[in-house]
Amino acid sequence: MDNKGLTKVDLIFESVDVRKVMTKAFEMTSEEIIQEILESGLKGRGGAGFPTGLKWKYTAAEKDPEKYIVCNADEGEPGTFKDREILDKVASKVYAGMAIAGKAMGARKGYIYLRGEYRFLLPQLFVELHKFHKMINEIGYDFSIEYRMGSGAYICGEESALFESIEGFRGEPRNKPPYPTVSGLFSKPTSINNVETLVTAVMIIEKGPQEYVKLGTKDSRGSKVFSISGDTPIPGIFELELGMTVQEFVNEFGDGDTKAVQVGGASGFCVPRKKFAETIIGFEGVPTGGSMKLFNSSRSMYNVLHNYLDFFTEESCGQCTPCRVGCQQLLKGVEKVKKGEAKSTYLNELVKLADTMKVASKCGLGQSVGNAFRSIVENFREEIIY
Amino acid sequence: MYHTGNLVKELAEKHGRKRESLMPILQDIVKKYNYLTDESMVEVATELDISAAEVYGTASFYTFLDTQERGKNVIRVCKTITCSMKGKNDIISTIEDILKIRVGETTPDKMFTLLETNCIGWCHKAPAMLINDMPYTDLTPETVIDVIKGYMRK
Repeated sequence: MDNKGLTKVDLIFESVDVRKVMTKAFEMTSEEIIQEILESGLKGRGGAGFPTGLKWKYTAAEKDPEKYIVCNADEGEPGTFKDREILDKVASKVYAGMAIAGKAMGARKGYIYLRGEYRFLLPQLFVELHKFHKMINEIGYDFSIEYRMGSGAYICGEESALFESIEGFRGEPRNKPPYPTVSGLFSKPTSINNVETLVTAVMIIEKGPQEYVKLGTKDSRGSKVFSISGDTPIPGIFELELGMTVQEFVNEFGDGDTKAVQVGGASGFCVPRKKFAETIIGFEGVPTGGSMKLFNSSRSMYNVLHNYLDFFTEESCGQCTPCRVGCQQLLKGVEKVKKGEAKSTYLNELVKLADTMKVASKCGLGQSVGNAFRSIVENFREEIIY
Repeated sequence: MYHTGNLVKELAEKHGRKRESLMPILQDIVKKYNYLTDESMVEVATELDISAAEVYGTASFYTFLDTQERGKNVIRVCKTITCSMKGKNDIISTIEDILKIRVGETTPDKMFTLLETNCIGWCHKAPAMLINDMPYTDLTPETVIDVIKGYMRK
């Protein structure tokens, strides 16, 4: 096992000379920028984990003169709050990542889609943005950024739903393909990246990919900002090297009585105590956009599951049947089993439904409901029934 | 109820009259009045030259673009798992006691509306809530009384 233990890192919030990085990137060719990101092995930090260098490369390869870089700041996954902190503390690095991405793929315009819940940050973000625009103009960049706000819809964190929302429509995901790199915002080639991904790209350009690959494992390069909450004496935001096991994580952040860790939010996986030692946090084990929730033995996993299903039932956009009806039926189903109105074997039927949602749902929302459902029902069956 | 006067026209001048201008216009109306009236949505439709059903269809998709009457201060208490574990119900019942309304209701003087909402990104400082745009975190029944009283004095 490629086990690295638990190491704290300071890349994302580290203060850097943004002008210097922007000047360095300005002197690089598009190919050189993309090559460095490819070599770093950086995968998207929003949760899905698509290689960032490839996304930029595909967008750069499109011939259309009009392209967009979109920053996904619609951080809605339960238990994730790192993007807010990044924008609050180092907004200029987010802007820098967008401008560098723009240069790499030939986009002159960037949009940041910020969730409505974070609107209070806007005045300060505008001040930073004004300074940033002035600075890159002096260097010679032909690039600008605009904010677009969300209005309380979790689904708009899904990339194509986010485009729909910016375009002024209901946030309903599109069919794929075509992928955003071919036809994204306003049907133009678009690279859409998470807040943290863009900042990480800036640090890779600053330090060079050789430095960056020293961190993490083969499948999960680098470090990651974790949002840690639940039953922990030290909740908060921590940047950690990738490659640790859940056990090592719990040793540092647990309260001594941790029975389960939900990795990746409501759409992620529940890891029970007996699997802490064997489970790696990263793409080779349990992937995460950063959400880590700890539960101790005083918590009912039925309540946890019920809360997640309630969340998905409300946040499903309702467009496709497997997700709209599936979420409702899973919620009603576990309620019935809990009340004794259905036999415990009914849970097996519900797991089948969750599996069907995984293959039949149109987007990541419906496809991921089964992750939490299956991992909680399989590991804490008795808590759901009794 | 409110009358938008020239607001919709001004917002169309500011944000443009394209389909992509719709969300910023609706958001600015809600920012000022906290909800969208039927009249305001029809005005927006006329201004952007799209059907009123399109405007309503879009607005009703988004939780924060309320199409029901809301008070001057909209309180949204987070109900997702961590806030729920850390005492969300005590916060709700405290607010219900002070304002004498239940979740989903608006005070008769139209000063407050109490709602629950999904994760607002403050799990490490749970329980948390938003009043309009402002987050309030690490709430206890004592501190939430102070916060609400602060808004009552405004």
